[in-house]
Amino acid sequence: MHADEKFTYETWPAAPEKSTLESKNKFLGFWFFLGGETVLFASLFATYLALKDKVPSTTHHLAKDLFELPLTFVATMLLLTSSLTSVYAMYHMKNFAFKKMMVWLGLTALLGAGFLGLEVYEFTLYVHEGHTFTSSAFGSAFYTLVGFHGGHVAFGLLWCLTLMIRNSKRGLDLYNAPKFYVFSLYWHFIDVVWVFIFTVVYLMGMVG
Amino acid sequence: MSTYAQKKGFGATLWDFLTTVDHKKIAILYLIAGGFFFLVGGLEAVFIRIQLAVPNNDFVSAGLFNEIITMHGTTMIFLAAMPLVFAFMNAVMPLQIGARDVAFPFVNALGFWLFFFGGIFLNLSWFLGGAPDAGWTSYASLALHSKGHGVDFYILGLQISGIGTLIGGINFLVTIINMRAPGMTYMRMPLFTWTTFVTSALILFAFPPLTVGLVLMMFDRLFGANFFDPTLGGNTVIWEHLFWIFGHPEVYILILPAFGIFSEIFPIFSRKRLFGYSSMVFATVLIGFLGFMVWAHHMFTTGLGPVANAIFAVATMAIGVPTGIKIFNWLLTMWGGSVKFTTPMHWAMAFIPSFLAGGVTGVMLASAAADYQYHDTYFVVAHFHYVIVGGVVFAVFAGTHLYWPKMFGTMLNEVLGKITFWLFFIGFHLTFFIQHFLGLWGMPRRVFTYLPGQGFDAANMVSSIGAAFMGLGVIVMLYNIIITSVKNVKVGNDPWGDGRTLEWAIPSPPPFYNFKQLPLVRGLDAYWLEKMDGKKGMTPAEPLGDIHMPNSSFLPFMMAMGLFIAAFGAMYHVNDKAWALPVMIIGLLVTFGSMFLRSVKDDHGFHIHKEDLMDEEDKGVKA
Repeated sequence: MHADEKFTYETWPAAPEKSTLESKNKFLGFWFFLGGETVLFASLFATYLALKDKVPSTTHHLAKDLFELPLTFVATMLLLTSSLTSVYAMYHMKNFAFKKMMVWLGLTALLGAGFLGLEVYEFTLYVHEGHTFTSSAFGSAFYTLVGFHGGHVAFGLLWCLTLMIRNSKRGLDLYNAPKFYVFSLYWHFIDVVWVFIFTVVYLMGMVG
Repeated sequence: MSTYAQKKGFGATLWDFLTTVDHKKIAILYLIAGGFFFLVGGLEAVFIRIQLAVPNNDFVSAGLFNEIITMHGTTMIFLAAMPLVFAFMNAVMPLQIGARDVAFPFVNALGFWLFFFGGIFLNLSWFLGGAPDAGWTSYASLALHSKGHGVDFYILGLQISGIGTLIGGINFLVTIINMRAPGMTYMRMPLFTWTTFVTSALILFAFPPLTVGLVLMMFDRLFGANFFDPTLGGNTVIWEHLFWIFGHPEVYILILPAFGIFSEIFPIFSRKRLFGYSSMVFATVLIGFLGFMVWAHHMFTTGLGPVANAIFAVATMAIGVPTGIKIFNWLLTMWGGSVKFTTPMHWAMAFIPSFLAGGVTGVMLASAAADYQYHDTYFVVAHFHYVIVGGVVFAVFAGTHLYWPKMFGTMLNEVLGKITFWLFFIGFHLTFFIQHFLGLWGMPRRVFTYLPGQGFDAANMVSSIGAAFMGLGVIVMLYNIIITSVKNVKVGNDPWGDGRTLEWAIPSPPPFYNFKQLPLVRGLDAYWLEKMDGKKGMTPAEPLGDIHMPNSSFLPFMMAMGLFIAAFGAMYHVNDKAWALPVMIIGLLVTFGSMFLRSVKDDHGFHIHKEDLMDEEDKGVKA
């Protein structure tokens, strides 16, 4: 099978994301990349846990004073749902339903943008309360961990939009199917990271 | 079709190397760049030994001495040893598994250029206000208080080159898993391929903690964060942990490929298959695994407590077991073999006792209680030079002589090679053996001078004389490279005569597509098997057909250069320079713009047609 071959619903392979050597490599390489990303976030989590609530004086806010569950809960729901919509997009990709895939991808991007908007809003709230990147070690660690995740979401949004615009006119082939697929892997990954952030930073911040 | 066969202008050759995605040319780039930084780091070592040759010396000032030792360590580890090891991985590993290239040729080129620009950036610090001076470990308590931009050069330079190494690691992993020739099962892979595989896994999991550590340090120094500032709640020990969680696997990243090179040399020149192949594979994997469990033995005196120290001490000693397995296997490979004393074999045989000495002091250092005595003395300096020089640098010299014909199509001179060996080997032991005793007598490391009459004078002079011998050895090697390149006597597929693995079954240097037809691998030491069956070459596993190749690209260079430019902006932005922010934005735009271009522009590569491949055969071109 060649990367630039034309397909129909009938000839479309069952696993279009890994049916050429190039796409098999891309698929595996991306999993390895996510393995490295896991260690990256693990290091950031460890740093955060070591520096949580480490502030220079008693006037600084601690985790339990800052976080509000309703806001982060809505953000969490947006991102979890976007993971689901990206699954639908991949379902349609595997069924050679290009238009439907694009719709679900668009929805994924929209939900991701909503999440990012809430995160920016949340950060501005904290900054107004005096919890900034430079105010304490706690602040540095918090904004670095959550900000790294936010940066990943922002990059994912740009990636998704680039893919959609670039391929809007030409439909699916074995050259771009793996591109869509690794994007969805990436998107799931940042969703999983968020689940840990929600647990370790927010839930444990409220009770611990 | 080979580039070496065609006469090309300098400009065309330069452009070819700037845009190449061919693993063999990237290997040459790594070899040249790594060799250059090795000379720079070596020069710094010579300055250190001149300064310390006599007591109360004032060859360099105390501050400059700190810069020199920092840059010597950083350059040797990140910019010399790693790229030189990468050079051999790139040159040999795809050939050993019977692949036409690595899995991601574009990413391979990007990895090189990131390393290159990171290294250049780091070394530009010499000309732009002073080099980093907080030691190669750059502990936060020193680094945060280092004046000027030295440490910023360290942070940003290592960050850029670190990304390059990381993507290189991913590339090799995927290559080995997906692109082995028919019949090349995991347990038929040559040991150098196995060590490349395990090393790449170590890179994948060890470099992200360094990335994070460098990011935190960058935030602290350049953007006002407080990770390591205790007055604002920070903790400097976090840097120590992150650095060593990276730093310890890093030394295995260096030594495992060295083990791999020696595991190739012993069977070739003993003319006998590697003793205990499967136990060698097992030991390699085990060393890789244990490498992540021992980082805190660098921090015994930090105060982690007796329980942590005891656990890390035991884990560290455990590494002696798989390493011991390897030593015995190498010895038993030579046992009863018909040994040929070539230059690579000289290095390999000298490696065993030299590295073993470093291993033994390693076990001594692993005893946490005793380590309080050795810590921060010349004993530690002697230990790690025995493992890194006696292991990695010996392997690089051995590999250079062994693979030179495969990479460049001509042999290095054996007589000069042996002169290099003896000069370097004697110089090495002269320099570092006595440093064990200096350390035990109480000479601390990283001091710029010492007083006369403390019993350090004679030993330091001996050590400095040894360094001169090593320097001479390297000069002879350079001379060797120049005269053999000028003579350029071409050699055939298997210049050593006893090659065992696939790389020796194809021309030297190989055609850019490596294998006209993918070879069929029938067992361990695939080429040797065919030779023993009286065949001239490998049995092809496929009919002659079109070969799919990747296109060259200038984008990897652009992406890396963008980060290089952005790093200047990020660094000078703390000085309130008006141009800093625009420069940073422009740099990032170059990088992300190139990534965008790569993403939207389809690149299907090209095909070499069957007819052209057959034509070459007819004309008798040694492609």
